[in-house]
Formats: sequence, structure tokens, C-alpha cells
Amino acid sequence: MSDNPYLPFPVRIQQIITETEDRNLKTFKVVFINKGDEEGFHFIPGQFCQISVAGKGEIPLGIASSPTENGYLLFTVNKTGVVTRYLHNMKEGDTIGIRGPLGNWYPWDKMEGKSVVVIGGGFAFTTLRAGIVYMLHPEERNRFKDITVVYGARSPGLLLYRKEVEQWEKRDDVNVHITVDATDDPHWPYNVGFVPAITEEKITTGENSYALVCGPPIMIKFTQPVLEKLGFKPEQIIISLEMRMKCGIGTCGRCNIGEKYVCKDGPVFSLAQLTELPQEY
Amino acid sequence: MEQTDKISEIAKKILEEKTVDLVIGFKKGTLPTMREPVLIKDAERTDQLYWDSFCFINLASYLPKRQEKIGIIAKGCDSRNIAVHIVENQIKREQLYIIGVPCKGMVDRRKIIPLLDGKKVREVTEPDEDITVRGDGFEHTLKKGDYLQDNCIRCMHRNPVIYDALAGDLVEERKDPDPYDDVKAVEAMGSEERWEFFSNLIKGCTRCYACRNACPLCYCPACFVDESDPQWVGKSIDPTDTMTFHILRAYHCAGRCTDCGACEQACPVDIKVRFFTRKLNKDVLDLYDCEAGLSTEERPPLDTYRPDDYDEFIR
Amino acid sequence: MGDKIIKKGQLPNVLKALKKTYEVFVPVREDGFYSFKPLKDEEKVDLSFTNTRLSPKSLVLPQSERMFEFTLDEKSKDAHIVKEAPKGYPPKVVVGIRPCDAKALRLVHVNFDNPEFRDPWWIKRLESVTLLGLGCNEPCSTCFCTSVNCGPFNKEGLDVLLFDLGECLLARTPTEKGEKLLQLGRVDKDADSGLKKKADELKTRAEKKIGSHVPTDKLGKKNVNDLFDAPFWDDVAFACINCGACTFLCPTCWCFDIQDEVTKRQGDRIRNWDSCMFPLFTVHASGHNPRAKKVQRVRQRFMHKLKYYVDKYKNGVACVGCGRCVNHCPVNIDIREVFRLMND
Repeated sequence: MSDNPYLPFPVRIQQIITETEDRNLKTFKVVFINKGDEEGFHFIPGQFCQISVAGKGEIPLGIASSPTENGYLLFTVNKTGVVTRYLHNMKEGDTIGIRGPLGNWYPWDKMEGKSVVVIGGGFAFTTLRAGIVYMLHPEERNRFKDITVVYGARSPGLLLYRKEVEQWEKRDDVNVHITVDATDDPHWPYNVGFVPAITEEKITTGENSYALVCGPPIMIKFTQPVLEKLGFKPEQIIISLEMRMKCGIGTCGRCNIGEKYVCKDGPVFSLAQLTELPQEY
Repeated sequence: MEQTDKISEIAKKILEEKTVDLVIGFKKGTLPTMREPVLIKDAERTDQLYWDSFCFINLASYLPKRQEKIGIIAKGCDSRNIAVHIVENQIKREQLYIIGVPCKGMVDRRKIIPLLDGKKVREVTEPDEDITVRGDGFEHTLKKGDYLQDNCIRCMHRNPVIYDALAGDLVEERKDPDPYDDVKAVEAMGSEERWEFFSNLIKGCTRCYACRNACPLCYCPACFVDESDPQWVGKSIDPTDTMTFHILRAYHCAGRCTDCGACEQACPVDIKVRFFTRKLNKDVLDLYDCEAGLSTEERPPLDTYRPDDYDEFIR
Repeated sequence: MGDKIIKKGQLPNVLKALKKTYEVFVPVREDGFYSFKPLKDEEKVDLSFTNTRLSPKSLVLPQSERMFEFTLDEKSKDAHIVKEAPKGYPPKVVVGIRPCDAKALRLVHVNFDNPEFRDPWWIKRLESVTLLGLGCNEPCSTCFCTSVNCGPFNKEGLDVLLFDLGECLLARTPTEKGEKLLQLGRVDKDADSGLKKKADELKTRAEKKIGSHVPTDKLGKKNVNDLFDAPFWDDVAFACINCGACTFLCPTCWCFDIQDEVTKRQGDRIRNWDSCMFPLFTVHASGHNPRAKKVQRVRQRFMHKLKYYVDKYKNGVACVGCGRCVNHCPVNIDIREVFRLMND
């Protein structure tokens, strides 16, 4: 434990899994190098870390693993810039750093006793995976009523955690609806359609429920009215945002939406909170 | 000043007749020696327009990529930058109605400050060739010509080179024997002395990029100093990075710079950045007999390629 | 500790004594304007300035600061591990800092020192700096400090406040740090009640001399989206050239960027001042930029200082009325006008 919030904990890359067929998304399984750091690291699904690559910089990444998964952390990285390109070329055994846990988390306490609908699109599914694994854990499952997941990507090869999601689909303590925008696979067993449309089709009511939404801005834009129509109250629609971040701790001043820092007061916000803020994100 | 009235008159007419959608000019600022660029769409508000010897910002900076029909006030140097913009496809000639203002030079407000002994200016007026500066318990009447901006002292193009209407009579051009005497003084230094000179010049630079942003030539969507992938220049105030920024920016402006002085006037720490650009202006003049912005037919020398160039290395 | 007196003729001795413990910074005129620089000759201290061109915030938040260092040499056992860069925080005293700049440091402090996160470098550096302030007998025509919870003789943030009474300086010490400073400077002559009265009168006179005022009473109550969507932003923002001058001169601006710089196999993680005025300040790696347009960036600056900060910290605006941005904006965008528009 350091009293310097800018100093990363060194971690080792234990495993790299290529998630998507275009190879733009890889999941990194990392382990702490110092036991002391690991013991002091307690996080709640929804939070993120700043991943540090010495010489290249830092990027914010949602923690894709649940605190119920012990001994490692998972981060899914989209190859899109200086740091992520370098990360994608790293090897198992390499050293990087993480700072965290940062930000706030999905409102698990408020969701207790309620049904939960998880809606994810594309590669924004990372912290949602953390949340689903958490809820499905035997020690946590009874806290929530029905759990439904709607997860979509542009095509089958772009789905994250494909095997795991297909396993969930077979369980009876969670309703999983996998969808793709389009596919030319005649044997595709799951849905075809945009996430907002599948949400409208499969979700019957928003009463006594919370919706956790994470996806590209366009998906959120079209999912929002569907949820409102189903009766989800704005306080119960939970969205995780992303922003350009540098410090991750609310001091460098760049990730704000109104008076809220996405890195510190977020990244998880309710729709009710977001409508109060300037629409600049 | 009569130029103010003429500008307002022309602006009102072109807005009423819908020759243009908007007019870009200056209005009186909140400080006695500052004027604020303003965009006017309403013919009734053209009385806001103002012109005097403190209008140092180059209004051509507000043109790139605008789609409307624009009336723009331009003094000599500004009009040459408009010509450069036209050549470089940042604006089309047909979009513009240029209200040219023949100019005898802008007054450098920073040259007046030492006279004030710490006291603040309350009002500035310009009777003829003089300038009267008033404050609490003082009044100075100065000869405008003694307090001009450094670039205006050596200006060789006081009249607009391209215009649709003139807001004043053409003025006599300067017959200066040597507009580059200041540059030659630096050229005459040995290389170590010159390095010292430039290092000293930029030692206070805060990398705020006011010089770059005030410059009408700097319209790149992502300036080379902002790029991170790859990162050409470090972002700290390391002297090497700072020198790289100034030298490279001067090279990007070579053959295009009209020495309007907006860069120097915008700098919050009073750095005389024109020493970088003027050297290259002189070189372009010596090597290619070219001055920026004198014609909308000619491309700047450093972006001209001809298969029959007499220099083999470039063929 | 009660008020003390320093005879003007004694000031060089005081500074000489302070030099034994502190690195002493004084206002120095160079290249046409004042900056705080290390004291060279205590006989020649010039306190006749109005204010420094750049605010003294760089003494607590340096423009470029090495945060960490690392080696990329695979042979090292610490390769790729980011480590603290060794730093010292020698005690400094800033002589002549104005009340506005001192208060500004307190306004910025809540950003760097709060219950959730504490920036170790800001905190240690601020602790190591003692602020020997000088009240303004003759405020500038563009100063509007009294409208924003500050004033020419405001104590907040200062360790010592000097009143220039002509032949002598009266020193008031709001903090223990200030008392220690005066002891080290061997300032021990008490001020009599006559001089204390003169000092108070000087303060009242100076406050009356402030000619520029801005309204702030409605800012907290206004709805943030009403201000955000207000029609005046296009007018305010037109002239702006998005240079960083205002943000770099401003004593309450604190935004910074973090960059890694590598030479061969050694590297540093560096913190540099950044500006919300710069177009790439908020650009995502995907290319999406929430503030791609100039008007959005101009609006952000004013909304942050006059509204978001007010709502977040409930301690007034993030502006101390020093007037630097007003005087040095190349296109004369005047924050006082924006106060009026926003508070209307």
C-alpha cells in the first residue's frame, strides 16, 4: 500500500486471451508481484483501474473480473491507441502496473431484493462481466431476484467472453439473450437484432428492477427510451461512462461532466443523475 | 476615427443587401487599449464596429473552413493572409467581401506601459498622428510613429493587396532602405552567440501556444506539438522541446508569413518570437524572390513543385 | 503573536536572516515584467510591483514535474516498474505574494487534498512554502478581488500579511508558520496601537479603491443546465483563439497532463500543465471529442470556474479577481463580462 495515489502496483501478465476474431480485443490476466499490494486491493464490480505501461503511459480499463475470482484480475483491452497497441504486443510474463481500484461501482446495495437486467454492447461488456460473475456467485445470487442479460455485438466473432456467455445461457438462474447485429452463419443459435430491439422484445417489465447499461453511445441512446417505456425509473437505469482520463483520481481536471469527475464521482451514474448534468460527453 | 465610420457604413450595406451573411471586425474592448474581434449578423448592430491603432489581432485567423459569405476587415498584412488562405484552400474568394483598411501601423500597448510609472490607462484617443493616453492624474500625448509595433516599423505593405472596398484612402508605402536590418544583426553573430541569443529569447516560454493560435497560418486540426502517436515534441518546458517547437513552427510558416505581429502581441510573456519567422521570411525573399500573400495566383514557394525545377535534388 | 513592525531599512537584514533557513523568493523585474525569483541581493529588493505576470502557483505546482522514473533495461530486476523520483522540498519563503494569489492556493488545495485522494507532491510542497504576503495599497483597475471573497488585505492562505505603512511594514501573522518565520527573521518589535489602527485604515482604503466589481450572488442558485444552454456562449466564444494564455497565467487553474518520456532505456513519468482550452484536452483514443468545438471549450472554462466549482465545493468561485486573464487575453475576452452574463 502506498500513500501516493499516482504510483502503480507492479503486476505480471499471466495470460493473454484473444477475444475477438479481428484480434482487436485481448483479455489480460494479471497477478500482483507484491503480496502486500494484493492483500490491500479490495474492489467492487463496476470499478476500474489505470493500467500503466512504463514508457508509454496509462489508460483507464474496467475491471472485468469479479472480486469473487481470487488471485488474479482481468482486463479486456481494445487496441486503439499508443498504450493499447503496445499492450497488445506484450507477452505473458511481462510487467505492467495498475492503479486502483478507482471510481465508484454499480449500486449493489440498492439492487438487493430487485431484479437486474444487464444490457451490454460490443466491447463495453467488461465491467458487466464482473457484475454478472459476482451476482451468479453462490454467496451473492440470493441477494437478487431475476437476472437477465442482453448482450450483443456486431457479429458473432466480436462477442467477448463468448464461451463463458454461452455457459451462462445454459444456466437456469439467469436468462441470457445473446444477439448480433447481423450474421451469415445459418446455424447461429441465438438472436439477430440490435441490442435495444432485443431488449424491447425480451424484457417484460421494469417494475422493481434495475438496468445496468454499458455500450457505445448510440446503443445507450436507443436503449434508454425502451427502458423508460418498460417502466424503469431514471434512478434505476444505471450507465457506466467513459472519458479521456489521465490521473484517474479527480485531480487533473479533464474528465468532468459538469461538476462530476467521471473517474471519481463515476464512471457509474444513474440516468436520473445524468439528466441533471450538462449533456457534454 | 473616420475609418470606423466608413467600416460601419460598408458593413451595414453589405449585410442589408445580403452580399454577406456576417461581418467579422473589431469592437471596443473592456480595456482602453484592447479591441475584441466580433462577429455581426445584424445590420442594425454594425455601429458596434470600431477601428483604431490597437486592432492588432489578424482577423484572417477566423476564416479557415467557414462556409458562409463573410465580410471581413483587413489591414495590409491581414489581406495578404487572406490571399494565402485562398491559395491554400482554407476559404474561397467568392465567399469574401474584403473591407480593406490602409494602415500606418498598430501601436504596441506594451511600449506605452513603461511611461506610465505603474499607473493604469483609463482612456486612449487618437487625434491625427498622435495618441493621447489618459489616466488618474496624468495625460501623455505621444507621436504614434514612436510607439508602433516592431513589425509595423518595418512594414512594406501598408495597403491591402486584395479588397472589395476601401475604408480609407490608400497610404504611401514605406521606402525603407532595409526592412531586415534586425535579422541581419542576428545573422552576423557567430553560431555560439546565436544559440545563446535564441536560448535566452525563449527561456520564459510557457508553451501556452498563444503565438501559434493567434497566427492565421496555424490552422492544422492537429498541430505537430499536439500529436502523441508518434510524439514528435515533448510537452514539458524542457528547453530543447521548446526550441524545437519555435523553430519548426517558423519553418511551417516560411514563405507564408506576412509578419502581421499577432504572435508577438499575443504572447503573455512578451517573447519576441518574430526573430524566428523573420529570418525565414528573409531567406525566402533572398532565395526565391517571394513574399507571402501578394497574389492569389501564386503558391507559396515551399509547397511549389515543378517537374522542370532547376534544382536537381527536388526533381 | 501580536502585530510586529519591520522598519523598511531593516528589511534587508530580515531577509538575510531568513536566507539561513529558507530559499527566499522575491519579485524580480526581468524582460519588462515581474516574476518570483530567488533572492540575490537583499539590499535591492523591489516591492514596488503590482503583481507578477505569471502567478506564483509554479512554486507549488511546477509547470513540468518529474513524478516517477523507470528503467526499461531488461537486465534490471526493476525493469518496467515505475518508481518514485527522488525529490527534495527545501523550505521556501515567497516574499511579496499578493493576497489573491495566496487565496488561490487554498482554492486549488481542495482539488489536491481531499478525503479520498491526497496528492503527495502538492501537499509536501505547499507545506514547505511559507507565504510572506504584501497587501495591495494601490489595487489595479482590473482587480475585482473584493467581489470574490478576497481583498487587497485578505488573510486567507497567507502566513504573514505585511501592511506597507510608508516608513515601516506592519506584519500580521495569521498562522503559526508565519510566527515561526518572523522569529527566524528576528522580527520582534511590537506594533503600537497607533500603527495597528493605521494598518486597519489602510485596508479599508484599499478595499474602497477597488473599482471593478462582479456579481456572484445568483451563481450558486442557478440551474446548471440553464447556464450551460444559455444563448450567450456563441458571442462570448467567437473571439477566443483557444490559446492557453488565460489558463497558464491564472492562479486558480490546475489542470495537468501526464506523459511518459523515454531516452534509450531510461524514462520518466512527467506531469505538465495542461489547458482545457487546447482542442485535444478531452479527445478519446477513438477520436470522439466531447469538446471538439471552440465554444464548448470556452464555455467549459467559465462554467468550471464560476459554476461547477461553486456547486462541488460550496466555497465560492474558483477565481480570485487578480485580473491577469483580463489584462493578457489577446482578444480581450473579459471574465468580468461573463460573470455578469452568468449571474443575470
